[in-house]
Amino acid sequence: MSKFKLKKSTHTPEVSTASLPDIVFMLLFFFMTVTVMKDDTLKVVNELPNATEIKKLEKKNRIITIYIGKPVKKFEESQGNQLKIQMDDRFVNLADLGSKVLEAINERPEYIRGFITISLKVDKKASMGLIDDVKEELRKINALKINYTTYEGDTYKNLE
Amino acid sequence: MARRGGAPEVSAGSMADIAFLLLIFFLVTTTIETDAGLDRMLPPIEPPDVDVIIKEKNIFQVNINKNGQLLADDNLIDLKDLRDKAKEFLDNNGDASCTYCKGKKNPESSDNPSKAIISLKSDRETKYSTYITVQNELVGAYNELRNREANRLYNMDFVQLEADYLNPETKDKLDEDALEELKAKVKRIQELFPQKLSEAETSSSN
Repeated sequence: MSKFKLKKSTHTPEVSTASLPDIVFMLLFFFMTVTVMKDDTLKVVNELPNATEIKKLEKKNRIITIYIGKPVKKFEESQGNQLKIQMDDRFVNLADLGSKVLEAINERPEYIRGFITISLKVDKKASMGLIDDVKEELRKINALKINYTTYEGDTYKNLE
Repeated sequence: MARRGGAPEVSAGSMADIAFLLLIFFLVTTTIETDAGLDRMLPPIEPPDVDVIIKEKNIFQVNINKNGQLLADDNLIDLKDLRDKAKEFLDNNGDASCTYCKGKKNPESSDNPSKAIISLKSDRETKYSTYITVQNELVGAYNELRNREANRLYNMDFVQLEADYLNPETKDKLDEDALEELKAKVKRIQELFPQKLSEAETSSSN
């Protein structure tokens, strides 16, 4: 009698985990192929506006990114809560922006220096004043090709 | 020595852990998005040698004030109407020199798409999101007109043509002739409705 009972109560058959590594590797390869390395840590609030008529920014090495927005909470104390410019993990003053961008351009190989696009990632709550100033600085150093980087989506949502 | 049934097996039990570790590393350090946005050319800072005289009627002046209100050619208009207004202006064909335009030929509006300029001005207090929305509508006006022509000539949307042309993968797919042809198509449509969207601080004297 007890014999039967014992047999029943012992362990249920285990699920084989032999294929687990394969599944995980599959996921791993998926992420390795479709993602790109993060290059900057954001130090400013950066919620981009939406637009519909957008073009993709191809060729990563031809792009220099400038972030504009208010400093995130962590830096509010040291940087204040006015709009700030960030380039390559660092806050940049408007006056130094031109030289910093030129520096970044000169780091690129010579044959693509003429095709550099400046990607402006501006928080949607920012006001145009600083952006006009930034554009003026870019004109001074003759970096004329810019891209207002946005998300794809309904533009009328911007106005809410 | 006793014979073994083969080499001892390496335990693969920790393989999953290693893979998970790698997976988590990639999840944390990478992002999926590719960037996209509105391409613009800034005007060069040195003024052109010759002062080009542009007729008042060939400029479509768009002003955004700090409250996000729009002034287009001195009329207060709604953002939703901007795209149609801009299209009407570009497609107007005032001097009847444009064979493909379908505009009203209003003598008070632009002469020819190649002469029509849209000038965009904003206040320092204007919100960036409003500015982008307006930019988007204006680019949209150009794109719609270009799409119309591209559909007429090549049975294809201009936006699609251009995206193909800019996509680096197209280079591998097409041979040189086809690529040249694509480039010529894009160039031709662009010339039909050249994007003259100025965001310089245009003083009212010119």
